Amino acid sequence: MSKYIGKRLLSLIPILIGISFLTFLLLYIAPGDPAQKRLTSNNGVAVTQEQIDNMREEMGLNRPFLVQYGSWLGKALTGDLGESYKDSMPVSGKLGPAFQKTLQLTVTSLLLALLVSIPTGILSAVYRGSFWDHLFRLLSFIGNSLPNFLLSILLMYFFCIQLNLFPVIATGNFQGLFLPTLALALPMASRFVRQIRAEVLEELGKDYVTGLAARGVQSHRVLFRNVLRNSMASILTIIGISVGTLMGGSVVVETIFNWPGVGKLAMDSITARDYPVIQGFVLIMALVYVLVNLLTDLAHHWLDPRVELE
Amino acid sequence: MNPFRKKSKQLTREQLRNRMFLMLGIAALLCIFALVAPFLTPNDPNLPNAAYMNAAPCKEFPLGADRYGRCVLSRIMIGARTSIFAAVALVLATFLVGSLFGILSGYYGGVLDTVIMRIADIFLAFPQMVLAIAVAGVLGGSLLNAMIALGITGWTQYARLARTHTMALKNEPFVLAAKMNGSSGLQIMARHILPNMIGPLTVNAATQIGTNMIGIAGLSFLGLGVVPPKAEWGSMINESRAYLQLAPWSVLFPAVAIIVTVMVFNYLGDAVRDYSDVSEAK
Repeated sequence: MSKYIGKRLLSLIPILIGISFLTFLLLYIAPGDPAQKRLTSNNGVAVTQEQIDNMREEMGLNRPFLVQYGSWLGKALTGDLGESYKDSMPVSGKLGPAFQKTLQLTVTSLLLALLVSIPTGILSAVYRGSFWDHLFRLLSFIGNSLPNFLLSILLMYFFCIQLNLFPVIATGNFQGLFLPTLALALPMASRFVRQIRAEVLEELGKDYVTGLAARGVQSHRVLFRNVLRNSMASILTIIGISVGTLMGGSVVVETIFNWPGVGKLAMDSITARDYPVIQGFVLIMALVYVLVNLLTDLAHHWLDPRVELE
Repeated sequence: MNPFRKKSKQLTREQLRNRMFLMLGIAALLCIFALVAPFLTPNDPNLPNAAYMNAAPCKEFPLGADRYGRCVLSRIMIGARTSIFAAVALVLATFLVGSLFGILSGYYGGVLDTVIMRIADIFLAFPQMVLAIAVAGVLGGSLLNAMIALGITGWTQYARLARTHTMALKNEPFVLAAKMNGSSGLQIMARHILPNMIGPLTVNAATQIGTNMIGIAGLSFLGLGVVPPKAEWGSMINESRAYLQLAPWSVLFPAVAIIVTVMVFNYLGDAVRDYSDVSEAK
């Protein structure tokens, strides 16, 4: 196990360097001069060439590209992600509280999605071909074709306008959490149902199930003691992979429901052309995603030691 | 007897093939409709009409009018072209670029393979929509930028798939025979390897059309894709969503258009995959 962890951690090093490099590049593919953008982002006042030159010097933009990258990376490693163009606040100070809000939203959505999809997926597989199986599969097919932004709008229409249960402009409290959670959880649950069903079906078709049944072991014991336990490792991986989709979806859902998380912060920063905040957002999301994948792999390996590193 | 291995109705190969062709037909009809729709619109899709701002569905405007008094039906009809063909074009582009890198990587191996696959790993380390939103946001909103933003991660899956197949195929006797004959690497890749893996790659591409459609519509919805007044379903919803209460039709009908179209293409993807699974097993 420790050898596996070591190998897995080593393989992360080039990935992390790549992530930081690409994130750094983001600022450079933006059209225009960063110094000018910083000077003009919060007001429309014209700036002189001298001011721009001074700002270039202050921001270190006259140094060679790789030196700039190195200095940015060095600061990022200590948690300093630069300053917002808009209000000169530190980017990390802006991302921190917003990240907590996003975490709250994503964790509740993931829990809800699992709560719905695990029993549904298992029932669908065990009672394959039944009425319920067909119904669940139909619903999950529809859910799979529903993008987060559409579902958010539809939920808003029914709950806020038709039923008048929630205010249209939500706030960052518990009541405001309900609709965004639903909007994130339902499409994800639909995907899970399909994958869990397929996973359990494959496990159910294996020879040891026939063997256990032939020896007279009751079906429900086989199901709970063997089949589900063996499917757990794969289901865990499905969940780990979905976290990336969840993060992308949270940008859309947070923006629509005005949930003060990192996704909304990123969209506001895109509108304001506040590039360091966008950069910080991408970096944080990628790091969390890599970490989640690492933990998923380790847990998978722990649950099923036959799984080897590729 | 395995109590769980029930004899459920499995579709035969024949039925699966018919289902696939049926879905291909429906998808083709949608594409043809998208092509001819601009000639069939009941009203000028871009003509504002102050008398009909947020008008409910009526005789002149079968699906109502948006906040500028433009015909929702006409806009949905011309929007079909952008929504459908942008997704198909994106799938084709990522398919071509990804397969090219995958074949080169698998065939030549070595340093080239390591470099290409490491780059793919790095792109895969980002959540796709997060990177797409950031890239499209930084580049500025346009349909092309939205496609680039989705494509920079999209090519990786074709590259991985193509690489795996190439590595399996390159040691097959017929490839070795071609090598003995003095065929160059390029000839072997083009004549012997590519035709033998085009099937699985196409299946993957078919399942990706719906996903890409959602991606482009999502970016347009955020204002990072198609720029109004050009009609596209995602941007139509974005433009009208502040009027959800006053003119729900200007939001709900484009939404129905997206959902139905994505469902058709997702079902097509499923049908193609199921058929190819059965064909391969045979």
